Parts: sequence; structure tokens; C-alpha cells
Amino acid sequence: MAAVLLIESVMKFAIALFSAAHAPSSRRALLFAQAALAGGHEIVRLFFYQDGVYNASASVVTPQDEQDLPKQWRAFVAEHQLDGVVCIAAALRRGVLNDEEAQRYQREAVAVGAPWELSGLGQLHDAVQDADRLICFGGA
Amino acid sequence: MPTSLLIISRQAPWSGPSAREALDIVLAGGAFDLPIGLLFLDDGVFQLAPKQDAKALQQKDLSANLQALPMFGVEDLFVCGDSAAERGLAPDSLSLEDAQVLAAHEITALIDRYDQVITL
Repeated sequence: MAAVLLIESVMKFAIALFSAAHAPSSRRALLFAQAALAGGHEIVRLFFYQDGVYNASASVVTPQDEQDLPKQWRAFVAEHQLDGVVCIAAALRRGVLNDEEAQRYQREAVAVGAPWELSGLGQLHDAVQDADRLICFGGA
Repeated sequence: MPTSLLIISRQAPWSGPSAREALDIVLAGGAFDLPIGLLFLDDGVFQLAPKQDAKALQQKDLSANLQALPMFGVEDLFVCGDSAAERGLAPDSLSLEDAQVLAAHEITALIDRYDQVITL
């Protein structure tokens, strides 16, 4: 009975992703996010941290016979107009810069743009406070 | 009631940015005055090893940041005593005196006390 109630009530999920785009956990995160929306649930925010920031990188080139995760994430976030946040400190450390940060640090390569937003760890805490559940992928 | 969050830090301090990035989540939570706990588990206990010499590895030391946690409003600090003992670290030698040493079997109860958990 409890399981039935769980399925029927709408959940607010915060999803945190810590692994790089080529990691199986990143694909699982996307599949979970898609299933959550398909099940009528809400995603209050996606937060990419640690190597998870690579999932937002437009510079990733995936072999043709493999899943292009950054492309799929981008399409998913844009289609559903989700709040997709990439941790700015983690992104800077890994060279995943948006236009603004590339200008600020005088770097040539811009790897991330809309629909992603670079912001701080406060956005993770804010999402945790807002959500019913925090679901993490790719942690230790 | 704000949602409480437990960060479980499982990586050694010199194995990459993971320990540092786990700590950054904790510090950010402290800055927002949120109920946040930090547990050092498995190789994470190496972050508390005494007499580390970060300069020998051309790294920055996390120890000073860890000592400052209570000043940032993070007082719920825990360390798995079994993880420490397995790695040859005496629980009373660890550099974070404020951390409460827990036996492995007490950790499930600790996790139960928190609303959400992040393991890094």
C-alpha cells in the first residue's frame, strides 16, 4: 500500500550528478530524470558538481556509435525548461567555462552556454531545501 | 524545519579534488546556517591523519580548513573509528579533536538522523 501511495503522490526531486559524461552513472542520472518527469514528478533543479560538470560541456566529442550524453542532457533540459546549474568552482577547475567566465579569466575556450547556468554551491543547498528528495549519481 | 544534510567524505586528501569539494559543500551549508553534518569514512579518515606535510606533494593542506569548521557553524563532525583503525590511525591521534568517533555499526543510526545524504 505504501508503494502505491508513493507512486501516486507527486515528488519534488533535486538531482545531483558527480561523474563525467562517459560514466555509466551519468547515463543513469539522465534516465532517472526522464523517468521522473514521465511519471508526473517535478525536478526542482539539476546540479552538476565535481566531474559532473563535463556533462554540460559542449566541447565533448562522443564517438558516433556511443551515447552523446552532453547533447542529450542539453536537449532534455531545454525541452523541459529545467533549472540546470553547473557548479562554477568545479567548472572553472575543469576548464568548463561559459562566455562570461572565459572573458573574466581571459581564456579562449567557451565550453558551456544555455540552457546551463554557472552558479555556486548555494544552489545545491537551496535545491535540497526545496525538494522532497535529493538523488545523487556518481558519488564515491 | 530546514532539511538536514549529511556529507560523507570517503576520499583521501591527496587523491584528487574530491575531499576538498566535499568540504566545500559543508562550508557552503554552514554559511547558510543549515543543519549539516560531516562524516569521515573509509579513506576519508586520511584527511585527519596527524602531521601531514602537504608541501612535500606540492599540494595545499586541508587540515587548517577542517579545524575551522566549528567557526563556520559546522559542529556535527563524525569519524568512523573502524575506518581509522583499519588504516593504522589511532582514533585519539586524529587532527580533528571535535569529531565524534563512531563505530561502524553506529553509522546507520547516524545516517538515519539526517534527511538527505551526499557521499563523495
